[in-house]
Amino acid sequence: MPSRSQPFDVLVVGGGPAGIAAAVSAASRGVTVGLLDDNLTVGGQIWRGEEKNATRPESRDWFEKLRSSNVQLIAQARVFQQPMPGMLLADTPAEVVELQYANLVLATGARERFLPFPGWTLPNVMGAGGLQALVKSGLPIAGKSVVVAGTGPLLLAVARYLRKQGAEIRLIAEQASRRKLIRFAANLLHQPGKLAQALELGRYLRAVRFAPNSWPMAAQGKDELESVTLSVDGSPETIACDYLACGFHLVPNTELASLLGCELKHGYVSVDETQATSIGSVFCAGEPTGIGGVELALIEGQIAGLAASKQRLPARLLRDRDKLKRFVVLLDETFQLRTELRSLGQPENIVCRCEDVPLAQVRRYTSWRAAKLHTRCGMGPCQGRICGPATEFLFKWRPDSVRPPIFPTGLEALATTPGQYQIVTGGEQ
Amino acid sequence: MSMPDRLTITIDGVPLSVAPGTTVAAAVMIAGKFCRNSVTGERRGPLCGMGICFECRMSINGLPHSRTCQVLCENGMEVRTDA
Repeated sequence: MPSRSQPFDVLVVGGGPAGIAAAVSAASRGVTVGLLDDNLTVGGQIWRGEEKNATRPESRDWFEKLRSSNVQLIAQARVFQQPMPGMLLADTPAEVVELQYANLVLATGARERFLPFPGWTLPNVMGAGGLQALVKSGLPIAGKSVVVAGTGPLLLAVARYLRKQGAEIRLIAEQASRRKLIRFAANLLHQPGKLAQALELGRYLRAVRFAPNSWPMAAQGKDELESVTLSVDGSPETIACDYLACGFHLVPNTELASLLGCELKHGYVSVDETQATSIGSVFCAGEPTGIGGVELALIEGQIAGLAASKQRLPARLLRDRDKLKRFVVLLDETFQLRTELRSLGQPENIVCRCEDVPLAQVRRYTSWRAAKLHTRCGMGPCQGRICGPATEFLFKWRPDSVRPPIFPTGLEALATTPGQYQIVTGGEQ
Repeated sequence: MSMPDRLTITIDGVPLSVAPGTTVAAAVMIAGKFCRNSVTGERRGPLCGMGICFECRMSINGLPHSRTCQVLCENGMEVRTDA
């Protein structure tokens, strides 16, 4: 007798800390849970490589919980379409898979914001998290010189990691003002669990050169990066280096939430007390609801997982979440981009790296939509994930509504109708 | 079964030995090569490291536009840059 496939009781998209916490919490009552991730393994960006070789107690704990749970892992799967409510299509290296769910948790994380400046497209000018990810996936960095620049706490974490791997950190250039950073540090002391981090960071900062009020103005090199010129606390300075690791804080990955029709506010996914979005069966946790870091992501993930599986929400979790939510505002205020960064890019500098559209062309238009239609800015394979956040800052443009497929996929995947795909299920009936 | 100490791939026909767990994007950087030529002919290397920017796309075993920061090296893999 043919068996009928069962939807997952809870399907989680994104295998970073928020997604792992959501999946483990939902599965703890024996409901069927799927955890889908587009990377090679789970862990997301912040816990990249921690699954095999945990260096932090909290990641070790959560991976342990995940391993001993009955969560079904679906790795290297990238959602590109929702053919009907309750069903997602994902591309995997082997085939397109169809996933049905009763409740969905979006834990899609964040990416770095990049801004155009002369030379930013040269090879070896990379994201700060980008360079760290490459080093974690086999790029030797010992003995190499690195300038770390941009804004946000990620810069310090990346510099510390690279230095531990033997890199020489020539400078950490943070665009935020000294005054804002001092205020940030003072506030950290009042955050639960952040004091130890702040002290550790303080020790580390004595070993490297850190400059607030500083940002990259140009990267130079013939075929690849040779040096960087920065504005260092008001004075220009050129530093030779092998790599420039440069990112301007984080932007949430909200494309899937938008595709599903979830309400967004100020660029973040709106959620209620239970992490439910404007669509009741869809929950959201972690960076897409506000850039707040790993502690908040873990708590939001637990709440979302418990709520999505109709379990009781412990008051302690809700309290901790609300306390840590203040950190989102603090991060936003501290690492808000200064207006000087709007004039780093010169007219001839490329803003859309997929289609090589220079700033001069894009600047003539008054909206993201008009610029896209007339210049092909944002029309390449990254679908505006890199130039969109840049033009959002430069011109205050807001992206249009999201249309499927939300990631490039093969024509055969688009031409197939639901029901013809490989079905990944939460069990048989 | 124990993991091999090293793997060998070819990049534009040239063999390169890498440690297991190395992604194709990292291997191409180790080889000192660029990933792709942009639409106006600029040389490009990896940027985001997380499969979003598509700057590291190359051909792997004849399959074009592979996001190489998301692919682990396997013995005998043939990688083509267009730089």
